[in-house]
Amino acid sequence: MKLVYILTPLAPLFGAIAAGFFGKKLGRVNSHRVTIAGVAIAFLLSLVALSKSLSGDGSVMFNETIYTWMVSGGIKFEVGFLIDRLTVVMMTVVTSVSLMVHIYTIGYMHDDPGYQRFFSYISLFTFAMLMLVMANNFMQLFFGWEAVGLVSYLLIGFWYKKPTAIFANLKAFLVNRVGDFGFLLGIAAVLMYTGTLNYSEAFAAAPSMVGTTIELIPGVAWSALTVTCICLFIGAMGKSAQIPLHVWLPDSMEGPTPISALIHAATMVTAGIFMVARMSPFFELSTTALTFVIVIGSLTALLMGLVGIVQNDIKRVVAYSTLSQLGYMTVALGASAYGAAIFHLMTHAFFKALLFLAAGSVIIGMHHEQDIRKMGGLKKYMPITYWTSLIGTLALIGFPGFSGFFSKDAIIEAVHYSEIPGAGFAYICVLLGVFITSFYSFRMFFLVFHGKERFDDHTREHLHESPKVVTWPLILLAIPSVILGALTIGGMLFGGFFGDAIQVDPARDVLAKIGKDYHGVVAFVLHGFKVPAVYLALAGAVSAWFIYLHKPSIADWFADKFSFVHRILDNKYGFDDFNQKVFAGGSLLLANKLWTVGDVKLIDGIMVNGTANKVGLLSTVVRKLGSGYLYNYAFAMIVGLLAMLSIFIFTT
Amino acid sequence: MPILSLIIWLSIFGGLLTLFVGDQRCRMLALVISIIAFVLSLALYFGFDSSTAEMQFVEHMAWLPSFGINYSLGVDGISAPLIILTTFINIIVVISAWEVIQDKPALYLASFLIMTGFMVGVFAATDSILFYIFFEATLLPMFLIIGIWGGPRRVYATIKFFLYTFLGSVFMLVALIYMGSKADTFSILALHDLALSAKAQTFIFFAFFVAFAVKIPMWPVHTWLPDAHVEAPTAGSAVLAAIMLKMGGYGFLRFSMPIVPDASAQLAWLVILFSLIAVVYIGFVALAQSDMKKLIAYSSISHMGFVTLGMFVIFGIVANAGEGAVASQDSHVVMALEGAMVQMISHGFISAAMFLSVGVLYDRMHSRQIADYGGVVNTMPLFAAFMVFFAMANAGLPGTSGFVGEFMVILATFKANFWYAFLAASTLILGAAYTLWMVKRVIFGDVANDNVAQLTDINKREKIMLGLLAAMVLFFGLWPQPLVDMMHVTIENLVQHVTTSKL
Repeated sequence: MKLVYILTPLAPLFGAIAAGFFGKKLGRVNSHRVTIAGVAIAFLLSLVALSKSLSGDGSVMFNETIYTWMVSGGIKFEVGFLIDRLTVVMMTVVTSVSLMVHIYTIGYMHDDPGYQRFFSYISLFTFAMLMLVMANNFMQLFFGWEAVGLVSYLLIGFWYKKPTAIFANLKAFLVNRVGDFGFLLGIAAVLMYTGTLNYSEAFAAAPSMVGTTIELIPGVAWSALTVTCICLFIGAMGKSAQIPLHVWLPDSMEGPTPISALIHAATMVTAGIFMVARMSPFFELSTTALTFVIVIGSLTALLMGLVGIVQNDIKRVVAYSTLSQLGYMTVALGASAYGAAIFHLMTHAFFKALLFLAAGSVIIGMHHEQDIRKMGGLKKYMPITYWTSLIGTLALIGFPGFSGFFSKDAIIEAVHYSEIPGAGFAYICVLLGVFITSFYSFRMFFLVFHGKERFDDHTREHLHESPKVVTWPLILLAIPSVILGALTIGGMLFGGFFGDAIQVDPARDVLAKIGKDYHGVVAFVLHGFKVPAVYLALAGAVSAWFIYLHKPSIADWFADKFSFVHRILDNKYGFDDFNQKVFAGGSLLLANKLWTVGDVKLIDGIMVNGTANKVGLLSTVVRKLGSGYLYNYAFAMIVGLLAMLSIFIFTT
Repeated sequence: MPILSLIIWLSIFGGLLTLFVGDQRCRMLALVISIIAFVLSLALYFGFDSSTAEMQFVEHMAWLPSFGINYSLGVDGISAPLIILTTFINIIVVISAWEVIQDKPALYLASFLIMTGFMVGVFAATDSILFYIFFEATLLPMFLIIGIWGGPRRVYATIKFFLYTFLGSVFMLVALIYMGSKADTFSILALHDLALSAKAQTFIFFAFFVAFAVKIPMWPVHTWLPDAHVEAPTAGSAVLAAIMLKMGGYGFLRFSMPIVPDASAQLAWLVILFSLIAVVYIGFVALAQSDMKKLIAYSSISHMGFVTLGMFVIFGIVANAGEGAVASQDSHVVMALEGAMVQMISHGFISAAMFLSVGVLYDRMHSRQIADYGGVVNTMPLFAAFMVFFAMANAGLPGTSGFVGEFMVILATFKANFWYAFLAASTLILGAAYTLWMVKRVIFGDVANDNVAQLTDINKREKIMLGLLAAMVLFFGLWPQPLVDMMHVTIENLVQHVTTSKL
C-alpha cells in the first residue's frame, strides 16, 4: 500500500510538470489529457485507500516516513504519510472534486491562451493539497499549507493583465501570510513543548502540557496549550477565511471560475478546518481556545451571510456563502463536533463546487457577464444548469433530505447541546444564518433563472446551454449533493467512524449525545421538522421569492428606507477600507518614514556623511601627502600583497 | 594534494593569466578556470569526513616564524560549504558577464577570479593573520569592480564601502595582535582555548563585532550596502550579497563566539536586538524602495538578520534550558546555529539569483526603477517564471532553500523568548510584502510602455545561469539534509566551545 500512497500525490505532480514544462510541445489536448490522467489516477488510488480503510476497523492504516528531509539537533524533519479515516475522506473529496474541475476546465478555458499553464497549476494544486492532508507531521503540513497558498496566488492572478486580479492575488497571499505567521508560531510552540514535529508523538505528549504556562506579558501566566492552540488556529483563520482574515476570499473571485470552485470553495479553504480537526488532541485540552474558535466561527457564519444578500456579482454571492459555510464548520470545531465539521466540509465540497461550476456555466452563457441584475429567466435557455443549480441551492440551504441538510443540522444540534462558553451565542448565529443562507441563495437563484430577461438581444441570440464537458461535471456533482449526506451520516457521525484520528473529551462529546437519539436517516429527517432550522430555511426561500420575484419594489424600498444597513453591508463592514488605510497605508507610511528619516537622515546624513564631512575638513590639510587617487592605492595594495604571498610560496 | 591551496592559487593566478590573454579569449579561459576551481572544491564535499569536528584538508607551512604567523589552511563543517558556494557562484558570475561586459572584460573577469581566490582564502585560513589578510584583500578587487564598472554614483559608493569595511576590520586586527601576543600563536584554534578575563573579552568582542557587523551588515552600520549594490555591476552585486556578506557571519562563528564566549553570552541581547531590528525595520525600509537593486539589498540585510539571530539566540535558549542541561545536547541550540548556517548558504543562491534577475532586466532597459517596468511577463514569460520562483524563495516559501534557514531559526528562537520569535516571524509577512509587491509591479500587469513591449526573453546563456541557481534553490529546499549533515558535528563541537566559560 505504501506505493499507492506515494503515487497518489505524485500522479498529479507528474501531470503538472508535464503540462507546465512541456505544455508547448504536448499541445493543448495532450496537456489536458496528461493532467486529467494524473488526477484520475490519484482519484482511483484514493478510492482504493478509502475502501481499504472502510473495510478496516478505523485505526491508523499507515504512518511512515517517506524520506528524511533533515535532521537538526536530533529533531527529525520528515516527509511522511499518516493514513487514517480522516485522511482518506479528505483524499477522496480533494481528488474527486479536482477531477470534475479538470474536466470542466476543458470547456471553460477553451479559448484561453494560458490553457496548458492552467492545467499545470490545478494539477500542482492537487499535489500540494494531497501532501497537506496526507502529512504525518507539522513540517509537511506547513509545506502543503504554503504550497496551496502559492498555487492559489498563481491562479487568482492567472489573468495577469487584469489589475484587479494581480491586486487580489497579492492581497490573498499577504493575508494568508498573516495567518501563517500565527501558524508558524504555533508549530514552534508544539516543537518546544513536545520536542517533536511528528503528529502521533506530539499528540501523545499533548496531555503533559497541561499546567505548563508561558508568560507573554511579564507576570501574567497563560496556559501554554491555549497559546499553542490559538496560534495554530490563527493559521486556520487565514486559510479558511475567518473574520477578520476573511478579506482575501471575495477578491479571489478574480481568478477563473474553475479554481474558485476547486480552491476557494471545495478544498483549499477547508484546509484550516481539516487542520483543527487533525489537532483535536491539542484543542480538546483548552476550553479557552475552543471558545475562541466557536465565537470566531459564529461571527463569520452570520456576518458573511448578511453581506451575501447585497452582492450582485454571481461569483461573489457564492463566495460570501462559502465564507458563511466555513463559519459553520468552524463553529462545529469549537463545539468539539469535529466529525460534524468534516462531514459538512465533505458535503459542502460537492454542492459548493457544483454551485460555482454552475455559476461558471451561466457566465459562459452570458458571455462573461457576472452581474445578476443583468440576467433573469435563464431557466429555458440552460435547463441542465438550472436543475443542477437548484439541487446545489437546496443542498446549501439544508432542504430536508439533501446532503447539506444532514451536515448543517448536525452542526446546529451539536451547538445546541454544547456547553462550552460561547455556545449559546453560536446557536443564535447559526440559526439566523440558516434563514440568511436560504434568503441570499434563492435571491440569486430567482434573479438568475426566473423573472424577466434583463439582457439585450445580442446576448439572447448566443445564449444556449453549455457544452457537455461543462454540464457533465455539473450532473456528476449534483448526485452527491443529493444523496451523500443521507448515505454517510449514520456511519460518519455516529459510528465512531474517525477512530483515533479525532479525539474528543467524553464530557464534551456532543455528537455522542446526538448519536444516542439517532435512529436512522428517516428519523433524522423527521426530527428535522421538529426544530426551527427547516422552517427558517423555508422562510428564507419564501421571502426571497416574495421580494425578488413577486414584489421587486420591496427590495428597493428596503434599500432606500434602511440605506445605512445597506451601506454597511455593501461596505462589507468596512474591513477592506480599514485594512487598506491602516495596514497597507500605514505600513507604507511607516516604511517611508523609517527609510527617509531613519536611514537617510539619521544614519547616513548625520552619522556617516556628517563624520565624513568633518574628516574631510581635516583632510584638506593632510591631502598634500598623497596623490589622492584611491585606485593607485588599491592597485599598490594588490600588487604588494600578491608579491608577498607569492614570494613566500615559491621560496618554501 | 593541497586542494585548498590549489583552489586559491588557481583562481588568483588564473585571474592574472586571464588579464594577459586579452579581451578576446579571456571569457573561455575564465570559464574553464572557474569550473576547475569548482570541481576541485567538490573534493571538499566528497572527501569530507562529517563524523569529526577536526580541521580537514589541512595545510601548514611556516610563513613568518618570528612572529608566529603561519600559512595554514583547513576546513571544517562550517567553512567547507561556504567554499563550495564561493566557487559555484564564481562560475555563475563568469557566465553572467559573457557578452554583457564589453568594457575591459579581461580585467573584469580577472578581478572576479582573484576575488574568488581571496574569498576561499578567508574561509580556509586557520591562521588569524592569514585570515585577516585575505579578509582585507577581498576589498580590493571589489573596489575595482564597483569603481570601474559601476554606476554614476560609484565614487561615493566605493569610498563608503571601502572606508566602512576597512575601518571595521582595523579593530579586529588590533584584537588579533593582542591575542596573538598573549597566546604566542595566531592559530585560530589555539585562540579558541585562550583564557581571557571578562574585561579583555568585552573589548575583543566589540573589536570583532565592529568588523563583522559592518561586513554582514547589521543595523545601524548597514547603509554602505544599498549604495554599493546599486552602483555595482550585476555580478558585483551578486558576489557581494552571495559571498562577501557571509564573511561577516562566518567571522562571528569562527572568532567572536568561540574565542570570547562569556562576553558573547553577556552581550547577546545586543546582537539579538540588532538582528530583530534588521528583520523588522529593514523589512519596512525595503517596502519603501523604488529601485529594484536597493530593495533586494535591503532584503539581504533583513535576511542576514536571521543569521545573527540564529547565532546569538542560543545564549537565550541556554539560559532558558535551566540547570544541568547540556547545551550541545539541546536540540534548539544546535538547530539555531545550523539554521543560521543554512540561511547563509541559501541566501547565497537566492540573493545572487535576485540580483542577476534584475541584471537581466537592466541589460535590456538600462533602468532599475520599478516604475519603469510593468507587465514584463507579456514579453518575457520564461524570465517571469524564474523571477517569480526566486521571489517566492526570497519570501521563504517551503520547497525552496529560503524556507529552511528561516524556519529553523524561528522554531529555535521560540524557546528563547516568544516575542523574539514573534518579531522574527514577521518576516513571513514583510518579506512576502516587499518581494511580491515588486513582482506585481514589475512582472505582472499589462505591458506598461513601449520599452517593455520590445523586451526579448532570456537567451540560452541566461537560461543556464538562472537555471543552475534555480536548481540549487530547489534542491536544498527539498532536501537540505546533505548540507546539515556536513556541518552537524562541527556545530555540536562549536556549541561545546561557546558554552564553556573561559574566565
